[in-house]
Amino acid sequence: MIPILLKILKTGIVSEPAPLPDEALHTGAARIQADILARLGRALAIRQVDAGSCNGCELEIHALNNPYYNIEGQGIKFVASPRHADMLLVTGPVSKHMERALRIAYEATPEPKLVVAVGDCGCTGGVFGESYASCGRVANVIPVDVAVPGCPPTPYAIMQAILTAIDAKSMAKEPPMDADGRR
Amino acid sequence: MRIAGLPLHYVAIGSAFPAARARVTPAQWQEAARLVHEAGQRLVALWGADERDRGAGFSVYAAYATKDGLVVTELALPAEDPRYADLSGLFPAANRMQRALFDLLGVRAEGADDERPWLRHAAWPADTFPLRRDFDAAAIRDNPQEQYPFVRVEGDGVHEIPVGPIHAGIIEPGHFRFSVVGEKVLRLEERLGYTHKGIDKRFESFAIADGHRLAGRVSGDSTVAYAWAYAQAAEAACGVAPPARACWLRALFLERERVANHLGDLGALGNDAALGFAMAQFSRLKEDWLRLNGDIFGHRFLMDAIVPGGAARDLDATQAERMVRQVQSIEAEVLAMHDIYDEHAGLQDRFLTTGRVTSDLARRLGLAGLAGRASGQAFDLRADFPAKPYDELEVRKVTLPGGDVAARAQARFEEIAESLRLIGAILLRLPAGEIATALPVPAPGAFGAGWVEGWRGEVLVALEAGEGGMIRRCHAHDPSWQNWPIIEHAVMGNIVPDFPLINKSFNLSYSGVDC
Repeated sequence: MIPILLKILKTGIVSEPAPLPDEALHTGAARIQADILARLGRALAIRQVDAGSCNGCELEIHALNNPYYNIEGQGIKFVASPRHADMLLVTGPVSKHMERALRIAYEATPEPKLVVAVGDCGCTGGVFGESYASCGRVANVIPVDVAVPGCPPTPYAIMQAILTAIDAKSMAKEPPMDADGRR
Repeated sequence: MRIAGLPLHYVAIGSAFPAARARVTPAQWQEAARLVHEAGQRLVALWGADERDRGAGFSVYAAYATKDGLVVTELALPAEDPRYADLSGLFPAANRMQRALFDLLGVRAEGADDERPWLRHAAWPADTFPLRRDFDAAAIRDNPQEQYPFVRVEGDGVHEIPVGPIHAGIIEPGHFRFSVVGEKVLRLEERLGYTHKGIDKRFESFAIADGHRLAGRVSGDSTVAYAWAYAQAAEAACGVAPPARACWLRALFLERERVANHLGDLGALGNDAALGFAMAQFSRLKEDWLRLNGDIFGHRFLMDAIVPGGAARDLDATQAERMVRQVQSIEAEVLAMHDIYDEHAGLQDRFLTTGRVTSDLARRLGLAGLAGRASGQAFDLRADFPAKPYDELEVRKVTLPGGDVAARAQARFEEIAESLRLIGAILLRLPAGEIATALPVPAPGAFGAGWVEGWRGEVLVALEAGEGGMIRRCHAHDPSWQNWPIIEHAVMGNIVPDFPLINKSFNLSYSGVDC
């Protein structure tokens, strides 16, 4: 026990500040009303769905739980069922074989049913494109609120996309600027 | 490289490792398999191609690891009712490869007792085959879902637990059907194929010089291993060799990939045994490791860092120094964690004897890679058939007898230590010079193969050139093909709550086998 405690003490707290939302990540489909998001705040439950990815994006989503990003510290946690989730975090080009499962997961998710598409494949189909086996981007199968490109996107970028999806202010047409003049 | 006892006309595959291929008759096809099996050697991969556009029928290929290298046997099949002799009786791992080959190409393994579909669910009907050249890859076919005939376990108190395809964690999709009594698992049956993205077909639309991007995304966690195997295959087909510095950089990337994955797995194994502290520590170390990749090479997982003809990323002396310092600090931290793991009674209680695959079972079923080495199967391409620069590095092969979760965890600790040593040696001896050479356009029909010991096991890429520098056929094989069926054996008699721990201790790729 003592080596564990010493290790914890020596490591200290390595968590870093979270990114600011980025309205450019919105897909333009403003389905969710700002007041609902405001009520949701940052207590968010996410169901991650790999709809056909190469598992690269999963590596970075896993990294969100490491002490540097400490996503639970933001009030965000990953849950085991879509029925417990406010948001689906979907990776991959949607394979034909996962199309049905993804639709069922989406239907099982209660409102507000936020969807974040992760990675180049989730955004466009990526190197796999559309074919007999691939439906291409996530938006070809279910409505998408926020899409974050990258192969894979960094944990920081994924966290930013998640925070953007639940940030009521970034939904407005003219978002307020922050102190550095960033929207 | 030849199959002892079988005279064949071998053609060398100009590869970075000893390799040859030979055309065989149907009788030789069976004889080759029998002799390889008898010698205690192994089947690496099985694939096929449509040759009807060349006035022939189909081809089916079997790649074997023999005592002195890779042997690829190639059997021509007729255009009408193509069949070849079943290999799964000798090599159980061939079962799913043969079923996948039928789903994709419509060539049948004669004498196989399991002919259920494997990769085909509902994306295409049973009478069309994506890898046939007259198959329109762009056309969408909506085929109804079919009932998959799982094997039923009968008896008093037996019930089924179906899990997936979407699992209760951040993990790839697949379906597991447990037959249990109380908590005890009587039988597990896997049903994969959910992430089938049509990669083999997709390769046909890629130029050889560009195919590493797709190969590097067959299984993202092994992107370096795939890109290197693909580059070896492309270079063999084009008849070029990469510059020395590129070879050393490739090994550097591969060892960094191995360490990154082993760090992640060790944390997850601790976590699955309820030691959250371990997850926090190892995921922190992995993040440090990946950040340095990002800082120096511009990509955390080194995707596209290996290209046909060489490497696309390099490092300078200052960066090398920084990496040496990181290796030293990670080494000390992993050693400390290793002690904590060894001393932690609760953890050892969960690890020891759990998910055991004995050496004998591993040998009979062909358990590959890291999991194989943790069950006494002493195969590691870096030591057995060392490609440049491993021929100068004397890789120490980690082999353990245990075969349980504890042995697979221990193997990771030992392999991290060896990889850190290798990284240090590579940084010390990295030769100067160019990092890439131009890739000439190969003659249509030129063949190449790549064979790389990734962190999970051996990755094989076979490639045939088409017209104008395009890919005619490319097949990428993941070691998970060998190991998935063996998890079904490893969980027998264990309790259901230990399944995640056992599964994680293998950490197999879904995307890599669904392709």
